[in-house]
Amino acid sequence: MSETVLDTRDLSMRFGGVQAVNNVNFSLADRELRCLIGPNGAGKSTFFKCLTGQIRLDHSHGRVFIRGHDVTGWRAYEIVRLGVGIKTQVPSVMNGLTVEENLWLSARRVGGREQTQATVADVLQRMSLEPIARRLVGELAHGQRQLVEIGLVLAQGPWLLLLDEPAAGITGAEADQLVSIIHEVNRKATVVVVDHDMQFVRMLGGKVTVMHQGAVLREGPVDEVLADAKVREVYIGSRAR
Amino acid sequence: MDYAGVVFLEILYMIAFLALISAGLAVVFGMMRVINLAHGEFVMIGGYTTIFCNRAGIDIWFAMLVLAPLVVGILGLLVERIVIRHLYGRMIDTMLATWGLSLLMVGLVTLIFGNTAVSVQAPIQSYQVGAYQMGGYNLFIIAISTLLMLVLWLVLRYTRFGLIARGAMQNADVASSLGYNPQRIYMWTFTAGAALSGLAGGVMAPLTGLLPSSGSLYIAKAFITVITGGAAVISGTLASSIIFGAVNQVVSFGSTPVIGEIAMLALAIILLRLMPQGITGRFFRNST
Amino acid sequence: MTGGPSFGIGRVRWAWFIVAAVIALLLPAVTNTNTPALLLIWALFALSLGLMWGFAGILSFGHAAYFGLGAYTYAIAAMTVGESTGPLLLAIVLPAAVAAVIGAMMFYGRISDVYMGVITLVVTLILFKFMNATAGDAYRIGSVRLGGFNGIPAFPILNLPGDPNVTAFGTPFYYVVCVALLLCYLLCRWILGSFFGKVLIGIRENESRVELLGYSAPLYKTAIFTISAGMAGLAGCLFANWAEIVTPGVFSLGQSAEVIIWTIVGGLGTLVGPIIGAIVLGFLKLLLGQQTVIDNSLVLGLILVLVVLLLPSGMLPAFSRWRVRRERAVVSRRQASSTRRRRGVRGESGP
Repeated sequence: MSETVLDTRDLSMRFGGVQAVNNVNFSLADRELRCLIGPNGAGKSTFFKCLTGQIRLDHSHGRVFIRGHDVTGWRAYEIVRLGVGIKTQVPSVMNGLTVEENLWLSARRVGGREQTQATVADVLQRMSLEPIARRLVGELAHGQRQLVEIGLVLAQGPWLLLLDEPAAGITGAEADQLVSIIHEVNRKATVVVVDHDMQFVRMLGGKVTVMHQGAVLREGPVDEVLADAKVREVYIGSRAR
Repeated sequence: MDYAGVVFLEILYMIAFLALISAGLAVVFGMMRVINLAHGEFVMIGGYTTIFCNRAGIDIWFAMLVLAPLVVGILGLLVERIVIRHLYGRMIDTMLATWGLSLLMVGLVTLIFGNTAVSVQAPIQSYQVGAYQMGGYNLFIIAISTLLMLVLWLVLRYTRFGLIARGAMQNADVASSLGYNPQRIYMWTFTAGAALSGLAGGVMAPLTGLLPSSGSLYIAKAFITVITGGAAVISGTLASSIIFGAVNQVVSFGSTPVIGEIAMLALAIILLRLMPQGITGRFFRNST
Repeated sequence: MTGGPSFGIGRVRWAWFIVAAVIALLLPAVTNTNTPALLLIWALFALSLGLMWGFAGILSFGHAAYFGLGAYTYAIAAMTVGESTGPLLLAIVLPAAVAAVIGAMMFYGRISDVYMGVITLVVTLILFKFMNATAGDAYRIGSVRLGGFNGIPAFPILNLPGDPNVTAFGTPFYYVVCVALLLCYLLCRWILGSFFGKVLIGIRENESRVELLGYSAPLYKTAIFTISAGMAGLAGCLFANWAEIVTPGVFSLGQSAEVIIWTIVGGLGTLVGPIIGAIVLGFLKLLLGQQTVIDNSLVLGLILVLVVLLLPSGMLPAFSRWRVRRERAVVSRRQASSTRRRRGVRGESGP
């Protein structure tokens, strides 16, 4: 039985005089892996922030449901407490603390002392962050900070992951590793990835939603969508990759 | 009827007073997002300049309208070059550094002029309104304040310098790609703000005895007027001056001046909590 | 590694702590305790700000509000009750309660740092102006006249709980202050080493990220603000006992400015820093007070400007850089001990 994990109804958001999100009805089944793509200015990030509670919604903006709960207007931390993991577009990590400390803080919210230690060790190993576990995050390269942030998300064992540009700035090898981590996580959790990197999106597979000018343009399997004429036009018409 | 006239004039005076002492801070905050906690001391030094120049024989009008702004403007220029310039973008650090400057200036003025009050005579006499005696000088303050707001608005809206300054405030990169030097613009804007503070101090000098610590009387009120007003220099300052001035006077009439002040401060907290961007962050968004 | 990684807080160096405690407790043998008591009271006040600012990133521009509330609460309550135990507790609880309300309003309102600075400034201004204007019989709480700018004199000072006749005056009072400071220091250490403290440090580093981990930042910030205010209130209560009079000056902007300067100069991001800063600069203030040429304001103002200008990445990152240096010192120490070529850097036995 496939329940709907995430559901938006007529979600709309104006931003700086522009209709950034235009009546979007977006639906996500349990354990789906969905990629959200679209050219710059399509509204992906604004849409994403509406889902995560980073943009405060009220009922005039439409509705967002997560596992049946109406989370419209909820704050980010309340949504996260439902069991949602969020990775933002710009790496948001605690720069003055070590990798290990970052992960610890994340894991500790959901587990007791021993469990937290185990979780941290596990995440360090899965993300191959062990060599830099004691380094201050602020001193790491951008790609490494991305990985730390994904580690933060994983440490809480969420059943819904919302990842905005997880592959930005990481090396090819790291990207491969990330794809396999996402697939592994996807066995038990639902994942949404917002990204520009077509190669990464192809490697992930799964269903793709294309956004354009704030609305959903096409939805379907990766290859089908990317072969679609309208999609190509929209991308080529606006600095496509 | 006479009483109504007096009350109305008192309210008008309070509004004018707030606008006048806030103008310098508003220019600097609205244009540069700099919170200058030494603003009160700029005002105080404007007052001291006026008084001591007058004592040295200079005409009081000249001392308060020309010399005070000039002296404090130069002081502002120095402050900007030596301190403020290094802290752009760091609002809390700027607040701390200017708080330090304010203490420093109080200390220096105490060192040079001592701790006894100095004063000067108001150059305009009082007059009668029905059965009440009104301070004629208060009318002058209302007039000067109105004139100042008008001139500021005209300069910002219609002159080349105003346009450039507003442009640099919005987007320093665009300004510099057009050939204007944002650093220079900030420097002159801060200087102008300081000069305005000096002017306010000069004009206020005849009102009471001036002490090195007088700056603290002004800073609190100017501060909350400007922050509550929001980023728009003229309309923000006017809007909050009107609200605070009216509330202060009305409550004062109903009780005591201290309660009036406290009412004003408490109202500031409420307004800031409800409108964190200030009044002109919510309403009148695109005004000057 | 019980309790998790250190978050930059080493374990309490008990050797140093005991040395400091012993010195403090033996001091009365060599000198009059009047001035040291005042300095330690100021140190406690600075500690309360340092806890909140250095570790949770919350800067209050009007922390004197809670110092003053503690002082006035004690004076009024002690005069009303006649005994000091209840008033002492109330002097901690009342400022904490006020802070809880104001803190909740600010933090749940999600206002920016700057506006927080403004609001905290205005709160202390309101208290100062109000207290200054309360001269006359009409202003009283219970039977205690507030006294306007003359303040409230002649209230009962601290006594042994249960025995109003045994009062703490002179050296015994100094011991009370010492114990208060030492206990509060240990309390701060305990808080910082706890889970709660680590979340706070996380909030200081990146508040939005901590919220994205599911923590309610306003809740934690309000909590530490409340604790800090309670500690400031305790300092205020002790100050009232030291001065034997409370005046509106305890709420002054000057007092708020001073505690900020003591904390910064002493070292933001440490607990010992604010304590030392308060003792040294407080002592300097007292020395300057004995002459009239150099004004205390002048010196403090100059120090504040210089400190702000000369710490290039602002004050809080100084903590991170200090940590980097310390971590490097640990690494190099490990290298040195394996080659035995250098004298090791003395450090605690933390991670």
